Amino acid sequence: MSGAAISVRARAGGVLRDMLARPSGAIGLFLVTFHLALAILSPWVVPYDYKAMDATGTLAGPSAAHWLGTDHLGRDVLTRVMLGGREALLITGIATPVALVWGGLAGVWLGLRGGWPDEVAMRLVDAFLALPGILPLLVLITVFGTGGEVLLPTLAFFFGIPVIRVARAAAHEVVARDFISAARARGHRPLDIVRREILPNVTDTLLVEGAMRWSWMLLGFSALSFLGFGVSPPRPDWGLMVSDARVYMSLAPLGVIAPVVALSTLIIGINLTADALAKTLGLDRARKAVI
Amino acid sequence: MTAQPPLIDISGLRVGFRGRSGAMLPVLHEVDLAVRRGESVGIVGESGSGKSTLALAAMGYLRHGLARLDGVARFDGQDMFALAQPELARIRGGKLGLIPQNSGQALTPTQRIGAQIAESLRLHCDHDPASHRDRACDLLAQVRLPDPDTILRRYPHELSGGQQQRVAIAMALAGEPEALLLDEPTTGLDVTTQAHILALLRGLARERDMAMVYVSHDLGVIAQVCDRVHVLYAGETVLAGPARAVLTTPAHPYASALLAAIPGLGDRALPRALEGRPPTPDMARTGCAFAPRCGLATDDCRAAAPPMASTPDGQRARCLYPDKVAPPAASQGDRPATAADGPPLLTTQALSVRYDSPGLLARLRGRPRAPATVAGIDLALRRGETLGLVGESGSGKSTILRAIAGLLPPAGGQIGLADGTDLATAAERRRPETLRRIQMIFQNPDESLNPRQTVGDILAQPLRLYFGLRGQPCRDRAADLLETVRLGAHYLDRLPGQLSGGEKQRVAVARAFAAGPEAVLCDEITSALDVSVQAAVLELLNDLKARHGTGFVFVSHDLTVVRALSDRVAVLYQGRICEAGPTDAVFAPPHHPYTDVLLGAVLAPDPDHAPRLLAEDAAELSPPARGCPFQRRCPVKCGTICETDTPPARETADGHVIRCHIPLADLRGRETGQTAS
Repeated sequence: MSGAAISVRARAGGVLRDMLARPSGAIGLFLVTFHLALAILSPWVVPYDYKAMDATGTLAGPSAAHWLGTDHLGRDVLTRVMLGGREALLITGIATPVALVWGGLAGVWLGLRGGWPDEVAMRLVDAFLALPGILPLLVLITVFGTGGEVLLPTLAFFFGIPVIRVARAAAHEVVARDFISAARARGHRPLDIVRREILPNVTDTLLVEGAMRWSWMLLGFSALSFLGFGVSPPRPDWGLMVSDARVYMSLAPLGVIAPVVALSTLIIGINLTADALAKTLGLDRARKAVI
Repeated sequence: MTAQPPLIDISGLRVGFRGRSGAMLPVLHEVDLAVRRGESVGIVGESGSGKSTLALAAMGYLRHGLARLDGVARFDGQDMFALAQPELARIRGGKLGLIPQNSGQALTPTQRIGAQIAESLRLHCDHDPASHRDRACDLLAQVRLPDPDTILRRYPHELSGGQQQRVAIAMALAGEPEALLLDEPTTGLDVTTQAHILALLRGLARERDMAMVYVSHDLGVIAQVCDRVHVLYAGETVLAGPARAVLTTPAHPYASALLAAIPGLGDRALPRALEGRPPTPDMARTGCAFAPRCGLATDDCRAAAPPMASTPDGQRARCLYPDKVAPPAASQGDRPATAADGPPLLTTQALSVRYDSPGLLARLRGRPRAPATVAGIDLALRRGETLGLVGESGSGKSTILRAIAGLLPPAGGQIGLADGTDLATAAERRRPETLRRIQMIFQNPDESLNPRQTVGDILAQPLRLYFGLRGQPCRDRAADLLETVRLGAHYLDRLPGQLSGGEKQRVAVARAFAAGPEAVLCDEITSALDVSVQAAVLELLNDLKARHGTGFVFVSHDLTVVRALSDRVAVLYQGRICEAGPTDAVFAPPHHPYTDVLLGAVLAPDPDHAPRLLAEDAAELSPPARGCPFQRRCPVKCGTICETDTPPARETADGHVIRCHIPLADLRGRETGQTAS
C-alpha cells in the first residue's frame, strides 16, 4: 500500500535526522561515507599505479612525491592504502547482508516454532560460538582455497550464526504478544506470520546487529589477509600490507601505521553508526516526546 | 478546622514537556490542591488527564522529561521542589508515603518480604535494628495479613495480588507517614479484594489521622474513601468539592457525563457514552477545554476559559453554567431482551483444559492427577445473543475463550458449531472456513494490533486470508468496515500508535468483523479503556449484534458491564461454573454464595452505598479443590459434603442453574434475611 511505503520512507528520513543530531552518529556516518566514497573513487584518484615498483626508493620516508613514503618494493604507500579497503568492503559488503538474512530468518523461525528444533539448533549455535571465530574459517579456507568465491560464502555462513541468537531473542519478545495469537487464531500460515507480523517488529534489532556484524567481519577479513589467507599479492589490502610492512617497522613505520589507521577509522565509524542507530531506534524512542 | 494549614499544599502548579517541535507543551495548567491532616482527597480523570503527575508532584517528583514551569508544591510547609536531595529522601517514604498501582512490580522479586520491610524501617526509623522484626510483624498485622511470621519469609511472587498490595501498604506505614499518596492502588485487583483493601485504607486513615491523596479513574472507589474530589480534565481542575455533592449533583457537565458512563447494577441497560476525546497538550486552547464535547457549550464557552465558580453546595466548577448541568442520567433506558432462540450456534460440552502435564516420574509412581484447571464447562451461544462469562482472575474465563479459538488444546469435552463441525482441535488443524466463523477480540489493543502495520494493513489480513481480496477492493472493504465501527476511511493509513485506546479497540472490533463471523469471542475487551470509552465500545457491540445477528461470548471481571450487555450469564469460579442462566435471573435472588460475594463487593459511585464484605479475602490455592470449588472461601459452607461431593445443579423455573449443596429455598431465604437485618 502506498500509505505504508510513504510512512516507511518518512520514518527512515526521521531516523537519519535523529542520528545526525547526535555526535556519535554524525562522526560515524561521516567516517563510513568517506571510506565508501574512497573505495568507489580511488582507482581514478590514486597518484600512482599500485603495482609500480621503484628499486631505487624502497622504504623511503614521507616526501613531496610519496606523501606516506614507499614500501619494501618501492611502491607508493598512499596509493595502496587508498585502494586497500576495496576488496574487504566489497566482500564483507555482500557477505554481511547474506549473513543477516539467513541468520535473521533462521532465528525468527526458531523463535516462532519453539520446541525441539529450537532446542537442537540453539545447542549447535552454542557449540559454534564456543570455538574461536577464526579457527573454522581457517579450516574451510585451507580445504577450499582462498579467493572471493570461497571467502564470501564462508564469512556469510560463520557470521550468520551469532545473528540467529539475536534474531531469536527479538522474535521471542514479539511472539508472546496478542497480535501473534490473533494471527494464529485467524489461521495464517507460519510463513505469513513471520513475514507480516514478526519481521517488521524485529527489523530494528536486525539492522543494529547487521552494523555490528559488519565491523566484526571486516576485522575477520583483515585478520585472514594478515595471516595470508585473504587477498593474494600484489593486490593491495590493509591486512596484507600490515603483514608485509611489520618486518620493516623500525625503518618505515608509516607502512604499518597508515593501513592500521585506515582500518581503525572504518571500524570505529561503523561502530559509532551502529551505536547511534541503536539509540535512535530503541532506547531513545521510549524517551522522546510523542507529539 | 480553620487555623490548621494544609499538610499538602500545591498551588498554581504548571508542568510541561518539550515537544518535538521544541515548544513547551503543558500537561498541568495552574492546578491547586490542598489536603489537611485526616482528610482524604480523590483525584479523578481519564487517562492522560495528568492525575498521576499531580499526585507525584506533591512529592516534588516529576517523571523524566517533565519540567515544572510555575507554581509550588509544599508539604508540611516545605517547598518540595526547592529541597535538597537528602532532605527529600527523608520525607519521601517517611512522612509522605507512596503506594503505587502495581505493587507486584514495586516489590523486589529476589528479596524476602521481611528484608524489604526491614529496609524501609532502617531508612526511616531510629528504632534499634533488633526490634525490626517485631515491628515488621506488627505492621503486617496492621494491614490485616494473617500469620505475619510466614509472610515475612515469603518472596513477592508467593503472595496474591491483594497480599502484595497489603505489603506495599505496610511498607508505606513503616515510615510513620502523615500523608499517603495512592496511585490507583486497587486497579487490576479483583472486586472482592478491592473492597477489602479500601476498607483497610479507610480504617488506617481514621486511626492515624493521615492525609490521603487518592488517584483513580474509578468513581466507585473514590466514593468509598474520599471526603473531597477533584476532577481533572486535560490537565485542568474542572470541578472540586465535597465527594457527596460532586457524585450526586455535579456542577460540571464533564463530571456528569463521566458518572453517566458508569454501568450500574440496578438496571439492564447500556451506559451513556461520552463522544469525542480530550484535547492533547499540543492543541492551542481558547475557551473551555471541554466545550467541543459539551452539550451546554455556547459561544461564550469557546471564546474565553471560564473562571472557577462556586455553587451553594460547596463545589467549585470551571463552568459558565453550573446550574444547568443535568444530574447524571444513569442509562439509556431499559434494554429490551433479545429474543434469541433456535439452535445454538456454538456449544461446549464438559469442556476441560489442563496446564499441568505430569512428569514421567509422577506417572510411574501412579500419583493421581490434580483436578483440571477448567472442567465441566457446558455453554450454549445462540444467534444474536450475548453470553457473559464473569469471574475473578484465575477463574478460567480467558482459558475457555482460548480453547474455543483453538489457541489452547482442550484436555477433554466437546466444542462444536451448529452444523456439527468439531472445534476441539488446535487452530492450525481447522479449515479456513471454520476459522472464519469464530473470531476473537483481545483485552489490550496495544498488544493485539501489530504496531508496525497501518490500520489498512491490519484490516487487510482477514480480508486477504478469507476472501482473497487485494488492492483497491480490499481497501474499499476496509474503509466500509471502519465506517461500521464509526471511524472514517482516513484512518486507513494511520499506525496504531497514532490512535487513542478506544479507537484502537474499535479497529480490533472491525478486524474481527472483517471475517463476517457467526460468533465473536471478547476477552475483557473494555477493561483497558476509560469508562467513557468503554460505554462507546459496549454500545458498538450491541449495535453490531442487532445488525448482523452475531453471537458474542463476553468475558469480564466487571459484573456491571456484564449485566449491561449480556442476555445470559455464567459465573465461574476456579474453572467451574457456579451459576448460569438469563441475566435478570442470575442478578436476582436466589444467588450462589459466590455470586452473592461478588455482587456485594461491587462499588457504586454513591457515598451512601457501602459494599458488603462477606467472604474472607484469602488467596485461592491451586489446583482447584475437589468437591465444591468455592468451599475454601464460602461464608455459608455446610460441612464435609462440600469437600467431597460435586454440588448438584439445581434449576429454577426460568432456566437458571445454581450448583450448590444448599437447597434453593434456603439460598433465597438467606438473602431475604440478610436484606432485612
